[in-house]
Amino acid sequence: MLPQVLFLYFAFAIVALSLAVITRKNPVHSVIFMLVLFFHIAALYLTLNAEFLAAIQIIVYAGAILVLFLFVVLMLNLKEEVTEHRYISLWAVGVLLSIAISAIFLMTLSSIPLGAKGVFSPDVIASETHTVALGKLLYTEFLYPFEIASVILLVAIVGAVVLAKKRLKS
Amino acid sequence: MDHIVTDILEFIFLMWFAIFSAGTLDVLINIGIIILKIAAVVAVVMTHVAYATYFERKAIGHMQVRLGPMRVGPHGILQPIADFVKLFFKEDIIPAQADKPLFYIAPVIAVFAAMSSLAVIPFFNGFVIANLNIGLLFILAMSSIGAYGIIMAGWSSNSKYSFLGGLRSSAQVISYEIAMGLSLVGVVMMAGSLNLTDIVKAQQAYPLKMYIFPQFLGFFVFMVAAFAETNRTPFDLPEAESELVAGYFVEYSGMRFALFFAAEYIGMILMALLGAICYLGGWNGPFQIPYIPFAWLLVKVYCIVFLFYWVRATVPRYRYDQLMALGWKIMIPLTLLNIVITGVIKILT
Repeated sequence: MLPQVLFLYFAFAIVALSLAVITRKNPVHSVIFMLVLFFHIAALYLTLNAEFLAAIQIIVYAGAILVLFLFVVLMLNLKEEVTEHRYISLWAVGVLLSIAISAIFLMTLSSIPLGAKGVFSPDVIASETHTVALGKLLYTEFLYPFEIASVILLVAIVGAVVLAKKRLKS
Repeated sequence: MDHIVTDILEFIFLMWFAIFSAGTLDVLINIGIIILKIAAVVAVVMTHVAYATYFERKAIGHMQVRLGPMRVGPHGILQPIADFVKLFFKEDIIPAQADKPLFYIAPVIAVFAAMSSLAVIPFFNGFVIANLNIGLLFILAMSSIGAYGIIMAGWSSNSKYSFLGGLRSSAQVISYEIAMGLSLVGVVMMAGSLNLTDIVKAQQAYPLKMYIFPQFLGFFVFMVAAFAETNRTPFDLPEAESELVAGYFVEYSGMRFALFFAAEYIGMILMALLGAICYLGGWNGPFQIPYIPFAWLLVKVYCIVFLFYWVRATVPRYRYDQLMALGWKIMIPLTLLNIVITGVIKILT
């Protein structure tokens, strides 16, 4: 009973907070709502005993990425953004299109085949602790995807350094 | 009107009856015990915060050949109480152009982030409010939330001094968070756990029941990062009074200012606790002290907090680019080296 109630709360809160993020006029308020949203997502992970993922969600998304968002928003000139008219004249077409696309998604929902059930149910994770389970899988079975993802991130870092670096006079 | 009230009372009674009859009395008792533990920890830590300010003023006063607070009570021992009463009754001034909701909640977020980290700290064997498997990650997560209190205070005040202080502080906290997290990785590798109680227990096999000797590099980086995370001298650029008046909390007054002040000192005590637990063996000592299970932890925490005061009285402030260069070019490579060495030794033994 309690898990379902919790899930319902988090699901509704996540939808409501996402709406709040995109409807606020002030971008700083949007970012703050997004912060609360990330907390709810982390709590959703906790209901599945995925505690490591929940902590990483807060540290990486709330602690690092969203702060960078906030920096960018703070550096922009807010005054113009707040007063400007926010919708283009074709907004009705946009609403119609999005309704049509979500209708297509809903219709195809029933024909999506579900994958085979894995070994890691919340109870198994609770007995093994999530950090251990995740670490073992990541460094044995999924080592290659993990390494490839690391290399892609490294490329992004090198690219950022190259872009930001001042040209030395030679 | 009357029967609505009786209906509500009856409903509440039935709810209580349902809860009790389901055999969940144990749950309620557990909740009560947790609340008592929280109350004990908060009371002890807040007392320490109050007297940390007093001893800081005293210690730095004597280091600079002054007396420090002397007026309120013998040797100024009641000064923190007088300060608290003053701050509590001061007028709460809010700038006219401030973003009110954010201005209100910024100090609350700062205190919340600092206080909630205390929940996973084991004070002695078996005494911890929440024995999380990811205790260390929880503390890192909460310290990254603390940055929001600072940025929001800086931005919502709508003052350039606050804003610059907030930007400086958040950039500094984020940079040194990486060094701090990586310096703790060495401890986690040696203990094989993120649970703080397990980390303390794993240290018993080492000399003096401490990790500080095998992890001296990690401890050094951890302490430097702890100074930067808590915005203490020599890294107190966010509050550089000669440039920014007081940094991100310039516009705050009264109780809201006191909340920021408390958050800073709770952060300092928290870093001292974390250092004592991860590197200095927590509640274990060379010999057992009877009846006071947390005695060794207190001694270690007091030593680290004194180090904070000592450094403040000794070292001048860094320049901002020096601070960033130190964090990114020296501290982070050192922690990576520490991780590699720890890993190699762990494989070899």
